[in-house]
Amino acid sequence: MLRIPCPFCGLRDQVEFQYGGESHIERPENPEQASDAEWADYMFYRENPKGIHYERWVHSFGCRQWFNLARDTVTHEIIEAYLVGDQPKSRKRDAGDESYG
Amino acid sequence: MAKHLANSARLVNGGFIDRDKPITFQFNGQSYIGYGGDTLASALLANGVKVFGRSFKYHRPRGVFTAGEEEPCALVEIGAGDARVPTSRAPTVPLSEGLVANSQNCWPSVSFDVGRVIDFTHVFWPAGFYNKTFKWPSWHTWEGMVRKSAGLGRPLTGPDPDHYEQVNAHCDLLICGGGPAGLVAALAAGHAGLRVMVAEQSEEFGGSLNWEQYQLDGKPAYSWARDIEAQLADMSNVMLMPRTTVTGVYDHNVTTLLQTGKNNTWRECLWTVRPRHILLASGAIEQGLIFPSNDRPGIMLASAARQYLNRYAVKPGNNVIIATNNDTAYQTVFDLAREQISVSTVVDSRSKVSEALRQRVSDLGAYLLTGARISNTSGSKGINSVRIEDLEGNDLGNRKCDLLAVSGGWAPRVHLLAHARGTLRFDAVSQSFLPDRLPPGMSVAGSANGTAGLEESLAESARAASMICETLGFPADQFQTPVVTTCIVESRSVSPMQLDNTKQRQWIDLAHDVTFGDAELAVREGYVSVEHFKRYTTTGMSVDQGKTGNLNAFIVLGALTSRNTGEVGTTTFRPPYTPVTLGAIAGREIGEFYAPRRYLPAHTVHQKLNAQFEDYGWQRPDCYRQQGESPEQAVHREARAVRASVGVFDNSPIGKLEVRGPDAAEFLNRVYMNNVLTLKPGRARYGLMLNENGIIIDDGVFIRLAEDHFLVHTTSGGVARIGGMMEEWLQCEWTDLQVLLDDMTTQWANFTIAGPKARNVLTALGTDFDFSSSALPHMAAAVGTVAGLSARAARVSFSGELSFEINIPARQAARFFEAILEAGKPFDITPYGIEALMMLRTEKGYLHVGTDTDGASTPDDVGWGHVARNKVTDYIGKRSLFREGNMDQDRKQFVGLEPLDPNQQIQPGGHLLIGKDRQPPAETDGWVTSACFSPNLDRYIALGVLRAGRGRAGEILTVCDEDRQFNVKVVSPVFYDPENKRLKE
Repeated sequence: MLRIPCPFCGLRDQVEFQYGGESHIERPENPEQASDAEWADYMFYRENPKGIHYERWVHSFGCRQWFNLARDTVTHEIIEAYLVGDQPKSRKRDAGDESYG
Repeated sequence: MAKHLANSARLVNGGFIDRDKPITFQFNGQSYIGYGGDTLASALLANGVKVFGRSFKYHRPRGVFTAGEEEPCALVEIGAGDARVPTSRAPTVPLSEGLVANSQNCWPSVSFDVGRVIDFTHVFWPAGFYNKTFKWPSWHTWEGMVRKSAGLGRPLTGPDPDHYEQVNAHCDLLICGGGPAGLVAALAAGHAGLRVMVAEQSEEFGGSLNWEQYQLDGKPAYSWARDIEAQLADMSNVMLMPRTTVTGVYDHNVTTLLQTGKNNTWRECLWTVRPRHILLASGAIEQGLIFPSNDRPGIMLASAARQYLNRYAVKPGNNVIIATNNDTAYQTVFDLAREQISVSTVVDSRSKVSEALRQRVSDLGAYLLTGARISNTSGSKGINSVRIEDLEGNDLGNRKCDLLAVSGGWAPRVHLLAHARGTLRFDAVSQSFLPDRLPPGMSVAGSANGTAGLEESLAESARAASMICETLGFPADQFQTPVVTTCIVESRSVSPMQLDNTKQRQWIDLAHDVTFGDAELAVREGYVSVEHFKRYTTTGMSVDQGKTGNLNAFIVLGALTSRNTGEVGTTTFRPPYTPVTLGAIAGREIGEFYAPRRYLPAHTVHQKLNAQFEDYGWQRPDCYRQQGESPEQAVHREARAVRASVGVFDNSPIGKLEVRGPDAAEFLNRVYMNNVLTLKPGRARYGLMLNENGIIIDDGVFIRLAEDHFLVHTTSGGVARIGGMMEEWLQCEWTDLQVLLDDMTTQWANFTIAGPKARNVLTALGTDFDFSSSALPHMAAAVGTVAGLSARAARVSFSGELSFEINIPARQAARFFEAILEAGKPFDITPYGIEALMMLRTEKGYLHVGTDTDGASTPDDVGWGHVARNKVTDYIGKRSLFREGNMDQDRKQFVGLEPLDPNQQIQPGGHLLIGKDRQPPAETDGWVTSACFSPNLDRYIALGVLRAGRGRAGEILTVCDEDRQFNVKVVSPVFYDPENKRLKE
């Protein structure tokens, strides 16, 4: 179980939150004009990195606010939490630095 | 009460048992006496019991192999009835007055077990035999018999009668293991001011100090441990947790601990601890040796023999032989000699042994054979002799014994480190896997880290504690570790195993009866990766999880595949370290506490009406049974009454989201498929909500109370989900919209008054607003008072009758409900439940999202395509509706179905086969989604989804429902009052 640093409430257990998938997904400005490929990209295509993942969480059983996390998908280390609309301070690390048996 | 061989194998003096506290217990129906401090294993050994059970596959007699949780042989059933515990490891069962224990996996008795025939025919049952045999005439012919003979413990059949608790905790430092390393670290960290928790799986702290013959600071190790335990118990910032096993380490060091109760109201308590740092001081497990017939009763680990002797004052044998590949086993020779127990021979596979050890062994009159190994053993119900050979296979003769103490080296307990994704490396000197890269926030000290000596372990632990204090911001003074004034034989060095691969029946996993032959078979068949090897042979998969055998198994696999052990690696270590009762995981959330019951605010009134409650997320009436009525009769009566006169339905659980703000209309217009902007204040509209994939996720009526104020009704089950979805869009995507939303579901009770006489009832109740047909037409809303109560009323219908849905404050629900019943008396008002509600809406072909729709249903599928396509502005899911697949004309469409025989029962789930009188197998074009007997039409009706169904009205199809087939006609889903005349009155 992760311990998640809610920007509003502090460090809380994962069970208080719900996961919202990858962050910084841009909804097409004019969905009507989006091609099938552009719409599919928005709907379904995700980075799925082995390494730092920028993702959304909501503190459902707490302040009920959405926020962003930078989390390493291999080690589950949480590098930072930041607000919706902000950009993360951390930069993406290269995947494959260490071998994960 | 018969006393069987009363403590015949107990030393007169010595040990740390309480001879003033005799304890009576039973094993296999016989009574025995043990003492305070005994375990079941030590007490049975002291009473001369040799055979504890039968092995898993071959039903061979087995004794006790270890003195700890790693026990693979002495697996017994404790207790009786619904509270019995199968497959308990006898060395971990504390002896208590009246304890009842029985052998497992044997019939009729442990002394004579019919299942042993499998041992005598063992050539037919190698690893994975069930994948290759029992195929003719079919597996199912044999399946029953094989399944019956498989397994080890007897499963329970009744509910668990015991109570379990759960606790959450935080601390600075969690120490796993209360042995010497753990105790020193606890003392050091405790003095520095950290909040410390120390978890120790046994009753007493001290670990090996409780049986090894050390002296610290001039005191016997056992006494030193008691002193330290008392000191720690006195420190308010240190929590000692005996009988507590750390079962798993999870992400961010969140750790589970299983605490066993003692004279508590609860049997086990599951702790979830969030430490800032973890110290692994979990020690190491001695390993066995691999040689032919290495599984007999009377063969045990050398350190176990010492523990039984020194701690429990048990004579584990009278005539002992030691087999080893390292120095530590020699301490067993010296400890036994101290108690005048004869050791005849030490069989050491190494070619060289230190002069000091040689001399001591010789002084005791024992033989030391180096470069030698055991080649066979005899004695079915208890070992009576061994055969010895040199490493070239030359026979060195037979020797008698009644105890063979073995040592194949030590495997550090690195499980918790591995759970937390630390890595291991194979160390050739100790022939074991040691911690390599530590996970963040975890340290290791003592024999868990491969450190062999007590003095080094204590120093290492003090250093680790110091570093942890520093890291956590608690500067500490230098900690003075005790001096080891008397030592035992210590060594890190273990010689590589010398296996004779020509011999049969050498066990590599005692608990799952896996032999060296199985390992060879696995390799021959290509299962050479360690994970494949494990699963093919089942090595390490039993209740002991290979604690005494896995290391040797990996070494053997390496030898068979010409790889060094480090290349082979280990299998994945997974929690829990030792078994956890499901009851502990459930805690108190069982029975009535499994899920909260939600009651309607007017629950007591429903009870008085003899409501038949069912759980729909809320306790709601299915129907109201009158005197002598069956539920079916009640439902039909209610459904008829609504259309004949008037009914009342409690719809309080319906979702009520209030949406307010200058941008409320704009927001809802983007959320609903329907146009919201054109809705005038005082009006209501039925709407569909879609997800971005264009799939219907909820439906309901929304009411505009004012320019900037909406009341959104969602399904009762969907309100939390829809409210959450709306918040997500407002917080993450449309952050510029000024909208506030709140879930007011529980604040308002809701009653529907439906039927031709509905207006009459409203008149009798009294309102301060005009509800005539012109003032309040269909889909209009009003705010005012009803029966003197603050109310929001809407003319909305789910029954197809003239209908008013009235919201009043929830705390006044009971009073309002009774007022409605009173006002409706002259009109025979009938309370109706969920079943009748569903019947009425099915008669009208009204959608039930989640029943008539599924995860693929789009608006056009259910006949709302024109609205979806005609809305010009964007809304959630709109773009997806224009994908090719969503515009396909052959999609499943919502239709009505009428059995050709009006009395033909039809139910949801039946498939629609193309054509009349079809028999399966045949092509299916859809299925029945809703169905009921319609009391208002006096026939069975149904709704369903059918490929391109809207264009197939009149077509005859066959319904295939389990083993029945019958014909239906495709019709409009609106069975009753298709022109909606009654609705618009």
